[in-house]
Order: sequence, then structure tokens, then C-alpha cells
Amino acid sequence: MRYLPKSPAEREQMLQAVGARSVDELFRSIPETFRLRAPLPLPGPLSEAEIIQYFQARAAENSRGFVSFLGAGVYSHLRSVVTDSLVQRGEFLTSYTPYQAEISQGTLTAIFEFQTLMCQLTAQEVANASMYDGSTALTEAALMANRITGKSRVLVARSVHPEYREVLRTYAKHTGIEVEEIAYQPSGELDRAALNQTRLSGAAALIVQSPNFFGVLEDVPALAEAAHASGALLVAGIAEPVSLGIVRPPAEADIVAIEGQAFGVPPSYGGPYVGVIATREKFVRQMPGRLAGQSADDQGRRGFVLTLATREQHIRREKATSNICTNEALYALVTTIHLCLLGKEGLREMALQNLSKARFALAELEKIPGVRRAFSGRFFNEFALEFPRSVKLINAALLREKIAGPFVLGRHYPELTKRGLVCVTETMPRAEIERFANALRRILETPL
Amino acid sequence: MYPSEYRYTKDHEWIKVEGSTGTIGITDYAQHELGDVVFVELPKVGAALKAGESFGTVESVKAVSEIFAPVSGEVAEINSALADSPEKINQDPHGAAWLLKLRLANPADAAALMDAAAYQAYISEQSKEQSA
Amino acid sequence: MNSKLTETEAPARPGEPAGMIRKAGRHVSQNEGLIFEKSAPGKRGMELPPLDVPACNPAAALGADFVRDGIEGFPEVSEIEVIRHFTRLSTWNYAIDLGMYPLGSCTMKYNPRVNEYVARLDGLATEHPQQSAGLSQGCLRIIHDLKECLLAITGMDAATLQPVAGAQGELAGLLMIRAYLESRGNPRKKVLIPDSAHGTNPASVVIAGYEVRNIRSNDRGQIDTDHLREFATEDVAALMVTNPSTLGVFEERIHEIAGILHERGALLYMDGANMNALAGIARPGDFGVDVMHLNLHKTFSTPHGGGGPGAGPVMVKKILEPFLPVPVVVRTDDGRFALDANRPRSIGRVRAYCGNFGVLLRALAYILAYGPGIRQATEDAVLNANYIRNGIEDAYDLPYKLPSMHEVVFSDSRQKRHGVNTMDIAKRLIDYGFHPYTTAFPLIVPGALMIEPTESESKEECDLFIAAMRSIAAEAESNPEIVKTAPHSTRVGRLDEVAAARKPILRWRPSDEDRRPETSAVGLSKGPRP
Repeated sequence: MRYLPKSPAEREQMLQAVGARSVDELFRSIPETFRLRAPLPLPGPLSEAEIIQYFQARAAENSRGFVSFLGAGVYSHLRSVVTDSLVQRGEFLTSYTPYQAEISQGTLTAIFEFQTLMCQLTAQEVANASMYDGSTALTEAALMANRITGKSRVLVARSVHPEYREVLRTYAKHTGIEVEEIAYQPSGELDRAALNQTRLSGAAALIVQSPNFFGVLEDVPALAEAAHASGALLVAGIAEPVSLGIVRPPAEADIVAIEGQAFGVPPSYGGPYVGVIATREKFVRQMPGRLAGQSADDQGRRGFVLTLATREQHIRREKATSNICTNEALYALVTTIHLCLLGKEGLREMALQNLSKARFALAELEKIPGVRRAFSGRFFNEFALEFPRSVKLINAALLREKIAGPFVLGRHYPELTKRGLVCVTETMPRAEIERFANALRRILETPL
Repeated sequence: MYPSEYRYTKDHEWIKVEGSTGTIGITDYAQHELGDVVFVELPKVGAALKAGESFGTVESVKAVSEIFAPVSGEVAEINSALADSPEKINQDPHGAAWLLKLRLANPADAAALMDAAAYQAYISEQSKEQSA
Repeated sequence: MNSKLTETEAPARPGEPAGMIRKAGRHVSQNEGLIFEKSAPGKRGMELPPLDVPACNPAAALGADFVRDGIEGFPEVSEIEVIRHFTRLSTWNYAIDLGMYPLGSCTMKYNPRVNEYVARLDGLATEHPQQSAGLSQGCLRIIHDLKECLLAITGMDAATLQPVAGAQGELAGLLMIRAYLESRGNPRKKVLIPDSAHGTNPASVVIAGYEVRNIRSNDRGQIDTDHLREFATEDVAALMVTNPSTLGVFEERIHEIAGILHERGALLYMDGANMNALAGIARPGDFGVDVMHLNLHKTFSTPHGGGGPGAGPVMVKKILEPFLPVPVVVRTDDGRFALDANRPRSIGRVRAYCGNFGVLLRALAYILAYGPGIRQATEDAVLNANYIRNGIEDAYDLPYKLPSMHEVVFSDSRQKRHGVNTMDIAKRLIDYGFHPYTTAFPLIVPGALMIEPTESESKEECDLFIAAMRSIAAEAESNPEIVKTAPHSTRVGRLDEVAAARKPILRWRPSDEDRRPETSAVGLSKGPRP
């Protein structure tokens, strides 16, 4: 087997050295009744070429050749080949968590840079070394707010990603946290009237997302003011962080929970992605997740170490801030490299292109009779449309045109039938936007 | 080493009683076991502490120790200087690095704790167990 | 057999202590600042195609209040600078690709490159998790095929591949136990955990709403079944056991342990962190386990990438199947795959979408490469651990003497007499060209040296490791200072962790440039130490 570096003769020598007559003897502590005698019923062994064939065959069964207008939490953006070529260096790819700082300075320095970039983007004071993804980062932010305030009720906007809210509910259920949902208003923003003071007072946090699941920007400063007036924290989730290239950062929020996928991480059918929590310095000891900090050796040379580890499960065990052990270091590195390549101007330009293309697409689509925007609020690169018939039917017809159409909002919002989400990023050529609009027009002109 | 006017607990806290006020800290033995202290977490002024209950933590780089109230009372003052210079706990655990002052529920409670001689005997016993 | 190896074979390099260092040698080590320190206005490393629609005015589109100014301090660097910067940083990392990474409990095995290749294929990396099942048949089949393989390896009945880490798998498993017990009328209150367990176990128990009750190991490092009988009361929901234990030892009475629990209506959870000792040899489903998680980044070779991503699938017995997280990948009558989210008894979601798909497909690529031959990998892993145990058993104290499986745990008690502890020995290993083993874990062994070589090491690499460990043991007696001040060959020495924790500096700031410590003027080695 090509991954195993021993010859039969070496195995024999090693067995002799340990005084075993057969390899079976090494497993003598497993009771005989539980020892497998027959080979496992597994496919393979496959050569490298056969493995590639298997996966190419699977790739051909997916959406290749389709143009996709899906966003809904996962965004296709341009990425440089430089990113992949760097993260595939074995020194990054095949190293462990940097507990041994002296031989992990590469990873630790990159994490420190990642933390800095995340602070700069969000206008927050500290950011962790990454979390699993946006859904778990938002959930951990809620648990963190509970620890900081000592209050157990959290208010979450219904316009927060539905799957993020499901994860929050799963984690909240047995940690004594009560989750209450707040409606949205016709603009698509959180309904301020529903957020009256009585519901806010006594709450640990108000949790919103901006741009929210409908693509609409929330008024973070105003929501922060309302939350703070009642002694609650404001948690701001961001699932489309490319927006931060042009949109005002959530400086007034107390905790920011990001899904960093849009920064150079491929969609990859849902993961791996990279979550982040950024917050104020005074809350750092209540923040979960690894942290890299600057230090120096005895000769004064700068170096980085994992620090404030006493928050974590391997020291505090049942009293830890979270049960999280891994972070998503490799994808934090992807994000770091991607953002360094894009740089200050590139990120702004990318954000502007999204803003412009989404507006162009909306204008084209709204020309179609019966199609109009479902919400009136400010948006970045994604917007909800109301159609004259069910989105599922429209999508079935669009598939024949090789277009993966709008996200069906009715899946998570029963009241939003005939509404679908359309996302347009800088990767979408004008010609495809026009083809989509033409196809949709034809479909809607055809009677059911 | 261990001031004779203090009283000591098995969890390595000391208490000095003056009238109805008790000043509390951790012992030299405790700071030594813990190593370089990097952070101290203390309760808020006004908090009610119950004897034997954990009221805060002292952290080194790789360990967290809970601190237990030697007696019951209400927190009258905390040593806010420790937030910026936790290293004082290593330097002067029985003096400048006191943790908090308690308004004692019952000033006589402390008398039931170990005196300096008993505590010294207790920790030499502990050290013996560890090296065994 | 190794006495010759404790002598100095080559003269020490200038500035480096004498010692038997056969593996490590000099390689180019670059001095490099932070990316922010290379930034200058107007540089960029990536250009976009020109905008092909009318450009909009952001203030008009969003309102001036919603638009930000430029991001202060954000890097502005060229492509070649990015390449050099991260390539230079990479040279400061140790990696499996450079040599043995014997971290106990972490299973740092070779990460096959074909797995990286297939994970990046167009049609897999490009797939959107919200696209319809009809457009995702290939992805769904990969998830399904991996699930079938993992069920075959573990002998369990059903699985979820959604959890993205071992700790998240633990939580999902515990929540399923809770939901199951609730469905029978009483969720119970406590979860038992042996004192040798990973720290994630108790942390996950708390999030699942249970209290932790620690149970002792006996003097052989095994779960004390008498103690268990006494503790497994009516309010105990489950026991979480790592098997083989963190001592690298199989729980010989595991079936009896399962029986004790089942008798009392409790379940047996197995932390599958050490599955690399069992794959192809024995199946947890056969010895009484009700629920377990796997770490695909351990046993199934997906890269650690400096601390993640991982994946923590959870495998369960039939009784727990109704409670699996949603959605579940199902095969319909016509042979097509679908996602089923309509499962009223489910514990809910633990993460958005279907989990770390990119990690799942790498694990499948690994299993396909071995097929039933995965047994050989397990055998080699156990052989390597035993070979290393045999090679250094006379130089280090072995507190628990039961047969080792895939890892072996020594203690530093003999070296401690010379003032040398497990961390010092670990740091000295770096000078010999190895990554340290796991230090100070499990907690039941004071001053633990936890060594897991995995099957990826050749006899030669194992021999070099044994020689290095023996040489360090000799140094601990003859020249403990060399060991206590190690490493001597790295770009930076031991860093001041106390200062880092007392006054945390967690991000770069523009003003930091003026007060950064000298780095550029220092040469490649640190010069002699006293």
C-alpha cells in the first residue's frame, strides 16, 4: 500500500524486536470475541487514478454547466490561484494546532494577522483565531452574551439566517437559554415596533444579521442604542463580509459573529468555512476560541503564542467558555492570504462591483411584468423578489435553461410564498444576468 | 513566613480579622504552586459570600484555581490594583496582594480556621505527599 | 542496542550544544515581518475584471450614513510580496511532511495529496449548499458512500456527518442520548467521565445540560468496574469512554461496562479519538457502544491545517436513529439521493448545511485508497507504538504496563530527579528534528509523555526517534541544562507566555511598528547560551 512505508521484512524485524510472534499478538488485549476475522466490506483498494475517476464521476452528477444566482449565506467570489498554491504548502497543510510555539511561528504569525484583519474589517478591538463557521459563531456569541450579562433570554431577529437560528436553538435548549424571535417589517429590516422596551429589558442580547437573510442592511447603530438602553448587548452576525468593503462596520455592536466564507473560500457544498467572533477588549475573557498573542523570547525577538488558554476546555474542562477544540486555521489562512491579495483597494472595488451588479440585475428583473422587489430596505448584493407564481415552478423551468434560480424563501418563511432570493456577485457576467432575465420573462409569459 | 495574626484554610487562603472586617488573600504556598499569576477574577463589591464557596479565580498561563471564602460575609472592597498587576500575587501574597475585604457575618468564625503553625504543618504534609 | 547513539557523532555546529542530532539539520530560515509592515499605499496583489454594468454611487445606493471610509491599516501589497511573505512564514512551521509528529491522541498521519486534488475539482469545490438535491446528486452520493464506509468500520447502524469537529460530535451524541431518554420518560441528570478523558468531554456534557461525574481509573489504568457499579445510579444518562483509553490501552472489560450501563437504562458513549487502533480490527458496535463520534482529521487522514478544519461524524445504534440531526441524506426508491429535514424527533441542527463536506470527501478518498486493507494501517500504527515503547522503556518510566495499542504514555519521573520535566524533553526533541509528543496529558499520569507515531512512520524514522529519546535521557543526566533551555535550533527560543497573558497583544496596530522588538538585525541562529 503506497501510504505505508514498511517492507514486509521490516515489519518482521520490528515484530521480533518487540518480542511478538505475530501481529495478532499486538492486539491480545482485545477480547477474542470482538476481533474481526473477515475483511471489512469496504470498496477499494483504489489506485490514485481510480480515486480521481470516482470523484470526477461524482462531480459530473452535480451542477456543472449551470449558472447560479444562489447566495442565502454562501457567496461565490473571485479568488486568486495564489491562495490555493500557498495553503497547499505542506508546512501549513500538515501541521497541528500551534501549541509548540517555537516550531509553529508560521501558523501563529498568520493567525495574528488574521485576527488583525478581522478587527480592522469589523471596527472591533479583538477577534479570535476562528470558529467552525458562521452558524456556530453566532451561537457562541449568544452563549457569550449570556455569560457576560448573566441573563438567559436572547432576542433573535427572524431575518437572521434560518439555519443559524436552528443551530442556536439546538445549543440553547439545554444551557438554560431562552430564544425569542423578533419579526421583520415591510422594509425587510427588524421590526422596531415589535422590539419594545419590555421585551428588551432583561434580555442578554439582541441578535441581528446585516446584511440579513433577505439581503437587507440593518441599522446597527440604532439597534445598538436600543439594546444598550435596556442593558442588553447587540450581537451582529455577518454572513456576507465582502459587504464590509463598502458598508459601515458594526462598530457599535458588542459582539460580531462572521461567516468568512466569502473571503476566498470555495462553496464546497457547505464547508469547511471559517467563523470568527470579534468583540470589545473588555469581553475577551468571555470569548470562546483560540487566540494568538504577541510575545518575545529571552533575547527580545518577537514571536507569537497561543494565549489566554485558561478559557478553553483542555484546562477548564466542564467550566470552559465553550466545548470548542478545533478552529478552522487553514481557512483562516485562506482568508488572510485572500484579503492580503485583494488589499484595501481591491476589497473596496469588489464590494462596489457587487453593489453595482446587484442593482443592474434588480433593474433588469423588475422590468418583467409581475416581478417586483419584496422588501424596500437597503441591500448589498442580494435581494428578494416577489413573483406571480411559485418559485419552485419557476426554478423547475429555469433548470431547463441551465440556471439555478432564486432561493425559495417559503422553505423557511411560510408567509413568503412566491418570494425568492437572488444574489449577484462580481463573478456574474452581464450577459448571464440578461440571459436570466430573458429566461424568466419567457417562463412567466408561458401560461401554467 | 506565615504571619501569626492570620488564619488559614486548607484551600490555601488566609484571612486577617480586624474588628468586623476580614482581609482575604491566597498564601505564599498557593502562589508558588500556581506559578506566575496572569489574571485574577474577583466578585463585585456588595456580593454576599458564603464560607466554603468559590468566589473567584486566580489564573496562571496553564492553570485556573478557584478561590474559596474562608468565612461568610459581604464584599466591602476589592483590590483593584491586581487587575493591572496580577504579578503582585507572586511578589507579596500576604501583603500588597490581598484580594478583598469582607464585612464579616460573624467575626468569631475565623477562629475555627488554622493558625500559622497548624497551616505550616499542613503544607509540609502536603509537600511530602507530592514528592512521594 | 543504542548505546553508541548517545555519543556525539558529529561535531557541534558553532553556537549549538553537542548532541546526537542525526535528523535535523540547518535549512534556510528567513526573517520576516508582518504583512502590515510591508504595506504601502497604491500596491495591490489582485485585480478584478472591469465592471461590465454601470457603476453605482455607494452613497446614493445605501445612504451616506451606511458607507464606510477606507479601512485603516488594511494591507496594500503586491502578489510577489504575498507569495514571499507566506512562503517565508511556512518555513517556520514543523509539519508531517517534514517528519514524525508523534503527538499522542492527535493521530498525525500522512495526508494524501490526491485528497487535496479531488477536493478542489470543478463540480465539487464549486457546489452551493443551497442548490437543489437534483443538482447535488454527486455530493449527496459522496456523503452517503462515506456514511456506509464508516458504518462498516464501526459496526453501528446509522450516522450523521454534520458535526464539524470531535467536540461537536460529542455534543450531538449527548443530545441524542438525552432525546432518547426523554422519549422514555426521564432524561436523567448525570454523565460519567473517567479521569483520563479529553477535556472536550466534560465541556460538551455541560452544554448538553448534564452534570459531570468523574470516575476513577484503577491502578492498571482501566475503568474501575466496581466503582462504576456504585456510580451508575438511576440518574446517570451515560458513560463517556475513550477506547482505547488515552493511555493507549484497550478497555478489556468494555462489554461488561456496557452491560452495567444497559442494565440500569443508561447508554455507552465512545469517544472515537483513538479509532486508529481499531479500524479493521474490532468494531465498537460489537462491544456494546450505543453512540460514538469519529475524528476524520485523525483516523481518516484529513489535514489538520494548523488547527482545523476537522469533522466529527456521529454513529449510533438503531434506537437513536430517530434523533439524528437534520437533514439526513436518504436514498429514495428510484436510487436517487435526497435530504430529509422532516424528522420531528430530531435534536435539530448542530451546524448550517451538511457539515464540512470538503473534509468528508477527503476522508472517503482515504478509505477508498485502502479498502479492506485499512486493517494494515491499524496494524502498522500499533506495531510502531510498540516498537518505540520497546526502544525507550529502559530510559523512561512507564507507569501503566498493559499492552499498548496505537500510543504509549511514559512519565518524566526519572528525568525529574535531574530537574528535567516532560516539557523540557519535548522542547529538546525539536533540536533532534522531531515535533514534540503530547505533554502533560492524560491528567492521570503526572508529567506525561504521550507518544503516538501512527502508521505513517518507517522503521528508519522510528529508529531515529528512539535514538533521539535515548540521547535526551542521557543528556538529562549528564547535561540537564541543554535540555532545560531547549530548543536551541529554532528561529525563536521559548517565548514569554506569562507576559503574553498578563498584557495581551492580540492584534497589530499601526503604532506598534515603532516599538516592535528587533528582528531584522538578528542572524539565523540564536548564538550560544550560557
